[in-house]
Amino acid sequence: MNLAQGVQLVSFAILALMTLGAALGVVLLSNIVYSAFLLGGVFISISGIYILLNADFVAAAQILIYVGAVNVLILFAIMLVNKREDFPAVNSGSWSRKGATALVCFGLFALLGTMVLVTPWSLDLSGAIANTVLTIGQHFFSDFLLPFELASILLLIAMVGAIILARRDFIPEKSSKAETETPVLTLPERPRTLASVGSSNKED
Amino acid sequence: MVRAILAPSKRPNKHLAWQMNTGIDLQGNFLQTLKDIGLPAGVAKALWIPLPLFLMLVTATVGVLVVVWLERKISAAAQQRIGPEYAGPLGVLQPVADGVKLVFKEDTLSSKSDRWLFTLGPVVVVIPVFLSYLIVPFGQNLVITDLNVGIFLWIALSSITPIGLLMSGYASNNKYSLLGGLRAAAQSISYEIPLAFAVLAIVMMSNSLSTIDIVQQQSGYGVLGWNIWRQPVGFIIFWIAALAECERLPFDLPEAEEELVAGYQTEYSGMKFALFYLGSYVNLVLSALIFAILYLGGWESPIPIEKLAGLLGVGETTPWLQAIAAAIGITMTVLKAYLLVFLAILMRWTVPRVRIDQLLNLGWKFLLPVSLVNLLLTAALKLTFPFAFGG
Repeated sequence: MNLAQGVQLVSFAILALMTLGAALGVVLLSNIVYSAFLLGGVFISISGIYILLNADFVAAAQILIYVGAVNVLILFAIMLVNKREDFPAVNSGSWSRKGATALVCFGLFALLGTMVLVTPWSLDLSGAIANTVLTIGQHFFSDFLLPFELASILLLIAMVGAIILARRDFIPEKSSKAETETPVLTLPERPRTLASVGSSNKED
Repeated sequence: MVRAILAPSKRPNKHLAWQMNTGIDLQGNFLQTLKDIGLPAGVAKALWIPLPLFLMLVTATVGVLVVVWLERKISAAAQQRIGPEYAGPLGVLQPVADGVKLVFKEDTLSSKSDRWLFTLGPVVVVIPVFLSYLIVPFGQNLVITDLNVGIFLWIALSSITPIGLLMSGYASNNKYSLLGGLRAAAQSISYEIPLAFAVLAIVMMSNSLSTIDIVQQQSGYGVLGWNIWRQPVGFIIFWIAALAECERLPFDLPEAEEELVAGYQTEYSGMKFALFYLGSYVNLVLSALIFAILYLGGWESPIPIEKLAGLLGVGETTPWLQAIAAAIGITMTVLKAYLLVFLAILMRWTVPRVRIDQLLNLGWKFLLPVSLVNLLLTAALKLTFPFAFGG
């Protein structure tokens, strides 16, 4: 075993420990903010494992998308709503609940484990690809064209949905019956007018 | 003769092509020397690995000292003051004095703050910035790693920073801090997208993500070959987005002192504050360096040295010419970067701060569409004029 292999082994051990530890922390900690930050740790450790597998582009993309976008959005959502309240512990006496959870988790683990062991992986041991970006791009536009386009359509749908949810003025106003109800439970925000660009210009 | 700009980069031929040999192979020389002494190759390699990393750490920190001094002096000049003058000649030791003060300052911890996240926040902010120096080339061979994913690594790493800002904002147990952290994260993710699109246009022209290839694609014609002429819109987008990412003044909302005291830094003092301070200035220098590499030809001088040497009849591989070329390369990179830093500092005293809604509107409704159009235009130009746009 030469120097490079030793370094690789040690880094893999550290990264695996980090991934498992952080993932357990995400699940087991009661503070949701800690869980969200540890999720970022899991993503970064996984990107380290990608680097060990010579997948440099995938590793960088993992950091950019999962840490930089997904995890930041999760944290954003938590911090905008979190009031730092201590949640009362759920009825911990019932063993049936814990038993069912354990059963489901173990079942999933067994399923995934069998899948990993049974699938005939086509391993390519010829060494690192010189230009991973080029190879990935060529695959995207030849034999993986359909999944690639489907994924982009899915993202487009999600984006349109998010825009419609964010711009509530496209949703038609409720009938006047709703206005007669007591406005106790409305959100403390400015009432929104039916805004369209042309009409607001005229008003100005 | 037009080969330098036209030929797509052929990485395996790196050490064969005429122009690519201008740097000095420090690593090879170092390893050879150690082997000559009698050390095994593995040990020599292991001894070499920490050297460039340490050198880069020192370079980044010294760069920060210089920038802090420049910031104080130029700000003073902009306001018709004198600025620091007693600490050393012309006050050059003032940043050192600042640093020493911060080291000895008491490290306070506000009550009911989250001790772990509070400590970890500045660390998460600083580490990605220093890591990004891995891909900054100062010459053909003067780079820590010439990665395939080069510039993409910088974009990916800079996206980690908002997590640290959110972390410190949340852990401070202070409303201003939390608001500052949220603002910083919102600003950072909004401006990352136009930044990435501007970089993508450059990458499209140079057919590679590697910073070395990006500079080489601009080389050969001196100042005329730089990307700034081919990407006039892209470089403005990049500069605005880079200023926003660095939280420099037109966009320093996360720490807007009239509104938020000091944003996410409010509760910090001592070394933890120093980390934020260091991180922000290192990030500024890094952005300026990357700007110089992407748009201003990196280590290329305005008049190509190879052409001059050719006129004088000096061979490409002459040792003293290589040494001079490497020195000029480093000087050029640093000079361009500090010119941009100077611009950033002048802008600080020229442009008023924008409001948060103006900031987000500018990012999402102006920069994003413009950068998309710029990307499409670059693709179209690349297909139409492959000789000029990297075909």
